[in-house]
Amino acid sequence: MTVLYFAWVKDKIGKSSETFALPGDVTTVGELAGWLAQQSAAHASAFAEPRLVRAAVNQDHADSDHPVADGDEVAFFPPVTGG
Amino acid sequence: MIRIQREDFDVGTETAALAEGDTGVGGLCVFVGTVRGEVPAMTLEHYPGMTERQLEAIEAEARRRWPLSDVRIIHRIGRLEAGERIVLVAAASAHREAAFRATEFLIDWLKTKAPFWKCEHKAGGDVWVDARDSDEQATLKWR
Repeated sequence: MTVLYFAWVKDKIGKSSETFALPGDVTTVGELAGWLAQQSAAHASAFAEPRLVRAAVNQDHADSDHPVADGDEVAFFPPVTGG
Repeated sequence: MIRIQREDFDVGTETAALAEGDTGVGGLCVFVGTVRGEVPAMTLEHYPGMTERQLEAIEAEARRRWPLSDVRIIHRIGRLEAGERIVLVAAASAHREAAFRATEFLIDWLKTKAPFWKCEHKAGGDVWVDARDSDEQATLKWR
């Protein structure tokens, strides 16, 4: 699975993407965020306030209960601020 | 038509090109967003791929809601100085009401759905802009 990070989520984690095998017990966006938060202190800091982090699965906005599967492109980012 | 680009755009050129030659058009409305002077400069980051996908969906939704002859969304990325243009949204229709309402809808939805992020370059350092509740409220009125 490929995970992309943007804006301050990217800054806190220190990289813009990473690829790994999805653990078998991770089936939703929320569970993936929880698993990522345990990977390092930097990840923990990026996911410290779940309500501030939004997600997309395969380039569509996704809630925390949205399913994820190996092969999906998942992204985590702050609420958008364009326009 | 959507476009994401680093370079500036000319408002007159873009307005003239909107539904050019379409004699069914009775009015067009244009909104241009700019960098306020209180910010020395900012950098616009985006999510390539998802941005195009979301802007195309926003255009499609506007066309579904109103009888539009043409739609244009242009959003800049990269570093922008105070006073520079950031975004243009425009809609053309047979009558003004659809053009006005669709243009407001386009910018309201863009602000809460298109994956762009502003990082302001201030004297004290770089600051990622927080999303505004008022933008979220503006989107909700289009439900």
